[in-house]
Amino acid sequence: MPTSASARKTARRGRPAPELIFGDLWAFDPAPETADPKLKPRYDLFIGGRFVAPAGGRYFDTINPANEQKLTEIALAGSVDVDAAYAAAQRAFTTTWGRMPGRERAKYLFRIARLLQDRAREFAVAETLDGGKPIKESRDFDVPMAAAHFFYHAGWADKLEYIAPGRGVAPLGVVGQVIPWNFPLLMLAWKIAPALALGNTVVLKPAETTSITCLKFAEILQDAGLPPGVVNFVTGAGEVGAAVMTHPTAAKVAFTGSTEVGKRILRSLAGTEKKLTLELGGKAANIVFDDAPLDQAVEGIVNGIFFNQGHVCCAGSRLLVHEPVAERVLAKLKNRLRVLRVGDPMDKNTDIGAINSKPQLDKIRSLVASGVKEGAEMYQPPCVLPSKGFYFRPTVFSGVSMSHRIAREEIFGPVLSILTFRTVDEAVEKANNTAYGLSAGVWTDKGSRILKLSTELKAGVVWANTYNKFDPASPFGGYKESGFGREGGRQGLLDYAKLV
Amino acid sequence: MTRLPITKTPKPYVGGAFIRSESGRTYSLPDAAGNFFANVPQCTRKDLRNAVEAAAKAGPGWAKRTAYNRGQILYRLGEMIEARRAELIDTLVRFGAGRGAAGREVDATTDRLVYYAGWADKYEQVLGNVNPVASPHFNFTVTEPMGVVGVIAPDAPALLGLVSLFAPVIVSGNTVVAVASERTPYPAILLGEMLATSDLPGGVVNVLTGFRKELVPTFATHTHLRAVSAAVDVADRKTLRLGGAESIKRVYFSAAATERDWFDERTQSVYAIRDFLEFKTIWHPIGA
Repeated sequence: MPTSASARKTARRGRPAPELIFGDLWAFDPAPETADPKLKPRYDLFIGGRFVAPAGGRYFDTINPANEQKLTEIALAGSVDVDAAYAAAQRAFTTTWGRMPGRERAKYLFRIARLLQDRAREFAVAETLDGGKPIKESRDFDVPMAAAHFFYHAGWADKLEYIAPGRGVAPLGVVGQVIPWNFPLLMLAWKIAPALALGNTVVLKPAETTSITCLKFAEILQDAGLPPGVVNFVTGAGEVGAAVMTHPTAAKVAFTGSTEVGKRILRSLAGTEKKLTLELGGKAANIVFDDAPLDQAVEGIVNGIFFNQGHVCCAGSRLLVHEPVAERVLAKLKNRLRVLRVGDPMDKNTDIGAINSKPQLDKIRSLVASGVKEGAEMYQPPCVLPSKGFYFRPTVFSGVSMSHRIAREEIFGPVLSILTFRTVDEAVEKANNTAYGLSAGVWTDKGSRILKLSTELKAGVVWANTYNKFDPASPFGGYKESGFGREGGRQGLLDYAKLV
Repeated sequence: MTRLPITKTPKPYVGGAFIRSESGRTYSLPDAAGNFFANVPQCTRKDLRNAVEAAAKAGPGWAKRTAYNRGQILYRLGEMIEARRAELIDTLVRFGAGRGAAGREVDATTDRLVYYAGWADKYEQVLGNVNPVASPHFNFTVTEPMGVVGVIAPDAPALLGLVSLFAPVIVSGNTVVAVASERTPYPAILLGEMLATSDLPGGVVNVLTGFRKELVPTFATHTHLRAVSAAVDVADRKTLRLGGAESIKRVYFSAAATERDWFDERTQSVYAIRDFLEFKTIWHPIGA
């Protein structure tokens, strides 16, 4: 009688439920994406509607992080080039774009969206080669979402009287923008589309490791017949970015990147009247309650932290699990990790591609080492990593406490830290106990609890029973040290306008 | 024999109580004629930190009040000011305003409070919305107060300037630590008495008196002040931005260039409320 089902259940507790793990049994055949990314051997700066050589005549290599091979070379802009870009943008603002009826601006933006859709596969391949993200993500997420941003904002260009009830809006002028390497084309779209819809002109600098899709996008701007100087691209590393951010012609600057650099920009702009928006780092809590549908939650956890190798500012990098289900969730998670395919980003079956760069890989390694040293328990699935290129195994730390570096610092890699909680209040306290406030996730079947948590979590985006969802109509941006301003939606538009 | 009048000891209103500076320091305040009027507390960085603590404590309760209730309390503050209109006018006159101008300032102050009181249960409907995302999710954007906000009032108009800055901040559930006009702090002292009798919970609005050069750096660097709304000069603007960078503080400067600008009705709008709100976007799947 006592040896029946309940005893067996007790004996099994803490172990994974029996489950077939196919990933260990069969190797997948390679399924490489073969579309031609149509790369040029060398890319110049894009200023005043033309590709122009940098005044200094210098170029730098951009490599494929999946195999460390050179893809092409990119112009290194100097301050003279940045000046030229701002001059072109200012001229375009006063002579064409700033005076054009919204209806006409809209048509250019619609056209850009369409031209990007036409060349979607080519752009997806280029994005994956340059940045290391799995082709299925660049193909199904980055590129279509970038096109969607242009399409969405196009329609606003002639309806701006509706974005600020009671007041009129006007463009600001020339906007300087610096974007990161994790979603190169998509971040470009997030920045450029609303700026242009309002009638601003743009000087944008992509990240130095991922400039290719930005410069390919310049070809689309040419094909669309966008007036010269409305959008200008200068390429290079941090010094170029600083020159773009602090240029006296910029009426507004927008930055997406690390909190550390964001603070530096804030200091460098103190004493100026420039408008500013910052989209900075995060250390999001993904909270799983015992009544959550656990299989779906595990999918959400995996998507939350391993999407784009964890190079996501809103990644669900802190998993807060309700104690009663902590062991089960960890067991399910480990099973799920074993079937994640890590490797060649160009393979259509790859789940986790290459880490964007060697410095980023080193940073991830050092933070993971700190996690081990501080006493958290590490799990990495057994998988074979390619011999060349920058790769990191999906990693889960359990037994993490709030004081550990892996619970406080943004790792920006495929590394999940698991903490536990007993009560709702404890979950909220732990989730909010961070200087960041970009995003959060909640998994529970209880509607009232979702509403309570989504009210109390100090984060700009809350995903309830889902994670890492994005849309041009949905404002994105953070609280506290995750920055200010929003991108997307009606709220994001207003950050590119002045009230009149 | 004439009766010797009882003069009032000026005490700033902090945490629902009338305090002296922890430092014990005061400075002598003359009236417009140059006669001694009173000793005003010269609040310190420590007083500012204490006030932030009081504001932080009051914050969650205030933010949880219903919008309807917050609106009524702001309106009640307007009632308190209207009731002491004559006293406020006399005070402004004593510190140099013409009687007509003083009346206009007090009336504009009351009207401004009533204006923002009415916004309490409406701004959300104007600023937030449901977003039509291209996936099966219910997605909506709402606003939330930021927390404790620093307010640095202009020297003049002493009363209208202070109220114009804090009213749009508290209407959404933020709490405020303010420093009054340095030149004319006394109207803010009187306002403290009205705050105390207006049903506004203690700690929601805290008003210090003292010297800007002593307090502005702490307004800039105090990390619990999530935002600052300031009417300050170019040098202080830079100090606030530099000091605020470390905690990514939201720093807003008043656009009013002249005293007269504060009276302009165009300076009051839902966008003054918006500056001290965070937007939060919530996603939920639509399904079975």
